[in-house]
Amino acid sequence: MTSTVAPAVPAPAKKKLTTSAMIASFADPGQKTTPAPFGHALARLAEERPEIVGLSADLAKYTDMHIFREAHPERFFQMGMAEQALLGAAAGMAEVGLVPFASTYSVFATRRAYDFLCLDIAEPGLNVNVVGALPGLTTGYGPSHQATEDLAILRACPNLTVVDPCDAVDLEQAVPQLASHAGPTYLRLLRGAVPRVLDEYDYTFRLGKAAELRTGRDVVLISTGLMTMRALQAAERLEKDHVDVSVLHVPTIKPLDREAIIAAASGDRLVVTLENHTVVGGLAEAVAATLAFAGVGRRVVPIALPDEFLAAGALPTLHDRYGLSTGSIVDRVRTELTH
Amino acid sequence: MTSTDTIAEAPTRQERISRLRESAHRIRHNALLMGEVQGQGYIGQALGVADILAVAYCDQLRFRPEDPEWVGRDRFLLSIGHYAIALYAALAEAGTIPVSELETYGSDESRLPMSGMASYTPGMEISGGSLGHGLTVAAGMALGLRRLGSESRIFNLLSDGELDEGSTWEAALECSSHELDNVTAIVDVNALQADGPTATVLRTEPVTDKWRAFGWHAVRVDGNDIGALVDAFDEAAAHRGSPSVIVCDTRIGRGVPLLENREKAHFMRVEEHEWQIARTQLEEGFTR
Repeated sequence: MTSTVAPAVPAPAKKKLTTSAMIASFADPGQKTTPAPFGHALARLAEERPEIVGLSADLAKYTDMHIFREAHPERFFQMGMAEQALLGAAAGMAEVGLVPFASTYSVFATRRAYDFLCLDIAEPGLNVNVVGALPGLTTGYGPSHQATEDLAILRACPNLTVVDPCDAVDLEQAVPQLASHAGPTYLRLLRGAVPRVLDEYDYTFRLGKAAELRTGRDVVLISTGLMTMRALQAAERLEKDHVDVSVLHVPTIKPLDREAIIAAASGDRLVVTLENHTVVGGLAEAVAATLAFAGVGRRVVPIALPDEFLAAGALPTLHDRYGLSTGSIVDRVRTELTH
Repeated sequence: MTSTDTIAEAPTRQERISRLRESAHRIRHNALLMGEVQGQGYIGQALGVADILAVAYCDQLRFRPEDPEWVGRDRFLLSIGHYAIALYAALAEAGTIPVSELETYGSDESRLPMSGMASYTPGMEISGGSLGHGLTVAAGMALGLRRLGSESRIFNLLSDGELDEGSTWEAALECSSHELDNVTAIVDVNALQADGPTATVLRTEPVTDKWRAFGWHAVRVDGNDIGALVDAFDEAAAHRGSPSVIVCDTRIGRGVPLLENREKAHFMRVEEHEWQIARTQLEEGFTR
């Protein structure tokens, strides 16, 4: 028996580290962005409307509410890491005539404090605007912070208006309309450096209305939230392959613009829904139900998160893995078209 | 007193107590009549808190019975929705709803449902029932009214059972952190919850010490002693710099020995023939 020294294994090339950190942006490298559009929009609105107040549950800095706090310190209320009391207090403020915007993470507003959102805010129909950060898969931090089912929970809540904005343009235009809307609202917040996409289109946010951002003969992408940005990118790529793709942006999830959806799905185009949310109880099922209830027999291809607790990791990795990235959308549409 | 524009000589403490004793008696009497209509109800609790409600509605709160939405009113938040039977009787005593309407309690189309709901009843500020909500809403109203420069005060009647709810303590921290001296919590300690005596469900004592530790000005009184209640409410009204809590030890069924001595139950069963006995006992106790 001879003993030999094993040759040294060459060191692998150092892999670029990815991150599962809370603070992550879904903006593409080099994309045009706007800093904290929600916070600035709220601060601007408050200049004109003295009844606007802001509350947070120890997350002002992480929900862009700090911009409002700095602009109007006397109208910001720190409620502590106490989400039930945050929403109860917001209801109390609305009862006496103020118009509160209460921010926390979506997981806490919906899972932890739902009873307060439902009974203190929605049931009396108060003008309280609940602002939830990290909706769907916008953090790689894991299920504790990924609100993948917030739309499913809140779509079932009577009286509540639910908005899933695409970008900074949507956010800036939605804030005054939410404040003017007499009833309770829930806004899926995009925070930090938020992509600015919709100013490239002839588009204005109108509460309760869907908007056709581009026309196309072969496919209609019915999308909400940040997935509209991906839908537009996917449409451009597919155009190069001579696939003509329409995009219908549905920023208001409830009440749903049923007429626009039925009109969009009534031809013979491939119907695809896109949402940053579980496939259960969100846009896909809302569209499917809308079509079925109207007697429109169309297959709907859902692009959504799986009915699973998601992994931790870097956002681009996770968006690829779960099918939300632009590349995944293009592949999915191509596959569906060849069937 | 209820009216905001009466000019009269201030009554003596003894006069106040004497008048409130009569109000509390009528609240109990009407609550028994309402219970009899339905043949059931949280009558034990209603009899227990009648003195508290008499002092609140007939001595302390500023409101306009003919204009329940008057913006300058004090707010009384009933988070224990099942105590509605008692609050309706108090609202009738206060003149906000007619006494004749009380017999509709719990009936279809009535403005007086079994569990208190704001959209049904004039003077009902919030919808209770899901416990642990009242103080959170009170905190927001108090912050909002202070911001708006209002002198109105916020009262929240909660039960000792609601001290089990974490949200009550979230709100307690908020009230003290924001130094909301326009908030007065009233805790009805009847020492009984749905599953049995409070001490065997979750041990909440020492209740007063807990509120003090949370930064509240706390007093504990016999909640069926009108004189002690008047003094405690006066003290809370005068206190500045922190929210106040009046911890009230009450006796379920108070004023009706038949019910006071019955085995304690959250939902007390009263047989058909017992309502008349209960009313007779109430009258005997009052005139004695």
